[in-house]
Amino acid sequence: MRGVERIEQVFRELKTTGAAAFMPYHAMGYPTRQQSLEVIAALAVAGADIVEFGIPHSDPLADGPTIQTATYAALVGGTSVADCLKMARELRDQGVDTPFCAMSYYNPILAFGEERFANAAASAGIDGLIVPDLPPGESELLEPACRAAGLATIYMLAPTSTEERIKSVARHSTGFIYLVSVTGITGARDELPPYLPAFVERVRRHTDLPLAVGFGISTGPQAARVSEIVEGVVVGSALVKAAGAETGVDAVRILAEELAAGSHKGVDG
Amino acid sequence: MTISTTSTPVNYGAVPDETGRFGPYGGKYVPETLMPALDELEEAYLNARVDKDFMAELAHLQHTYVGRPTPLTYARRLSEELGGAQIYLKREDLAHSGAHKINNALGQALLMKRKMGKTRIVAETGAGQHGVATATAAALLGTECIVYMGTVDMERQKPNVFRMQLLGTEVRAVDSGSQTLKDAINEAIRDWVTNVETTHYLLGSALGPHPYPAMVRDFQSIIGIEAHSQMQDPAEGGPGRLPDAIVACVGGGSNAIGIFHPFLKEEKVRLIGVEAGGHGIEDGAHAARFADPERGRLGVLQGTKSYVLQDSDGQIALTHSISAGLDYASVGPEHAWLRDVGRSEYTYCTDTQTLKGFSALCELEGIIPALESAHAIGYVLELAPQMAQDQVILVNLSGRGDKDLGTVMQTIGGDR
Repeated sequence: MRGVERIEQVFRELKTTGAAAFMPYHAMGYPTRQQSLEVIAALAVAGADIVEFGIPHSDPLADGPTIQTATYAALVGGTSVADCLKMARELRDQGVDTPFCAMSYYNPILAFGEERFANAAASAGIDGLIVPDLPPGESELLEPACRAAGLATIYMLAPTSTEERIKSVARHSTGFIYLVSVTGITGARDELPPYLPAFVERVRRHTDLPLAVGFGISTGPQAARVSEIVEGVVVGSALVKAAGAETGVDAVRILAEELAAGSHKGVDG
Repeated sequence: MTISTTSTPVNYGAVPDETGRFGPYGGKYVPETLMPALDELEEAYLNARVDKDFMAELAHLQHTYVGRPTPLTYARRLSEELGGAQIYLKREDLAHSGAHKINNALGQALLMKRKMGKTRIVAETGAGQHGVATATAAALLGTECIVYMGTVDMERQKPNVFRMQLLGTEVRAVDSGSQTLKDAINEAIRDWVTNVETTHYLLGSALGPHPYPAMVRDFQSIIGIEAHSQMQDPAEGGPGRLPDAIVACVGGGSNAIGIFHPFLKEEKVRLIGVEAGGHGIEDGAHAARFADPERGRLGVLQGTKSYVLQDSDGQIALTHSISAGLDYASVGPEHAWLRDVGRSEYTYCTDTQTLKGFSALCELEGIIPALESAHAIGYVLELAPQMAQDQVILVNLSGRGDKDLGTVMQTIGGDR
């Protein structure tokens, strides 16, 4: 099965239960290579439906302090693009079969070679790709390369997005669309923005694709509220912070179980 | 893109195209949240350009506040000392706030005020000159202003930090990454993404996503427009002819593109950009994007595709220059394109050679240049003697050096 189909299947199966997908992010190579592998395995066991597989970059301009610090530490620890793909392969070989969406800034992919990256990612067991600094208008090489390799091409929308941009992102996205819940950078926040439902409705008018919401979600109750209006709940910084704590993998597992329960609560909960 | 060696004329007015590309360079590589803000900025800018009232107000401020036109100075003693080409200086150091940066800062601040309905400015600064210029424009127009600055740069440009604070701007220290210009830009962009509804990002160089490279170039082109006329007019101190070569330092490249652009059609005028050679190319501690064949490659940094110093894995390289304003891993996309089509050429000047240029201008002309501008002078020390005495070099003296006295004292102070 191609990567994009594996992602589509996740949303198709959850639809029948009314639950939303729990989609945790982790920065590969953080706190160490080995620990990041353990984190991903723990997330899969804790109920992750899709894992966002973070490839570190020196200049993560859409990220807040938590992910900046983690990805910087990963780079200092020697994490490369090739090694991230190798880690995906290792996890697959260990039997972790949760779909993976690689999340990378554009320059590391450009340096790797766009077509080469798409092919290498697909054969390493990556199923989709999110590039936060590559809007549809700039991806005329990467998008076809991903399509050919069977990867889902996931673009982001923000509350500031105009109707025209929503249409464009809907046209170019496969798998799902990633909605940035706030105008801002990644990072845990106490409140969900009040305009989120209206934003979701605005996007729905232009697409039937599943929608996932990220940026700012850190607790089970927040995840449950988000799961009532969209098909996917993305959590990054809160989990990355947990991974960096002394209790590391255990802290991730406990928080992930809470977030998974919240996301899976669905309309019946 | 292939290098044009034929005589087919290049249409310099055709870039950027409507997607913001200069050939393969430029574009808009930003998070989705910012795309509407870039569209809004482009619309406001295109509207302002053809708005007579706006352009008249800007021209009035340039004249009565900035002090434009800045003079053209014949560097007689420097020319005699070098014994070759005659050297002329375009005196952007005499613009209000001490550098060419005010041309763009005032233009964008006025654009925000008159055309965009935003109330808050964020900016980045390396040497502090753009920060000071932005703080100046913000004070003049009564707008809230936040400037992000790397902690390393705050240390080496202390007077400018204080200057910004005096002007009512909040300077926020950035201690992530290399703690220099690149990291300050990341933080300014993060602030902009978060507060985009109220905030304009006043980017200081011909960099970043479209429309910044074109807009900043246009605001800075006043330098070249004035120089083009001054050079041909002896009453304005010019030699009565166009120069054979124009030399300007290139960090992001705004002062260079500002003086180059009005001369693009003058095909006989060589356009030479001088990058920061730092400790030398082999050493690796430099910011010469075009000169390092190993690490200077096509890449995307902070919204634009251009030459970027990076490792084989696409991680942005740490750079070094004695001048904070040139200490940056990428270069404006139009420079990359002009280089490809063969219209402009780029060289570099090491820290050591730069200090020679700095001292020469101090001692021979009574002008203390910014260390950024001293790169252009440092290269002219090599270039002028190779040219004939009836030839002419025009140097863009982009800023004054008061801010650099601490750095220079530390470096060469022991010799005095």
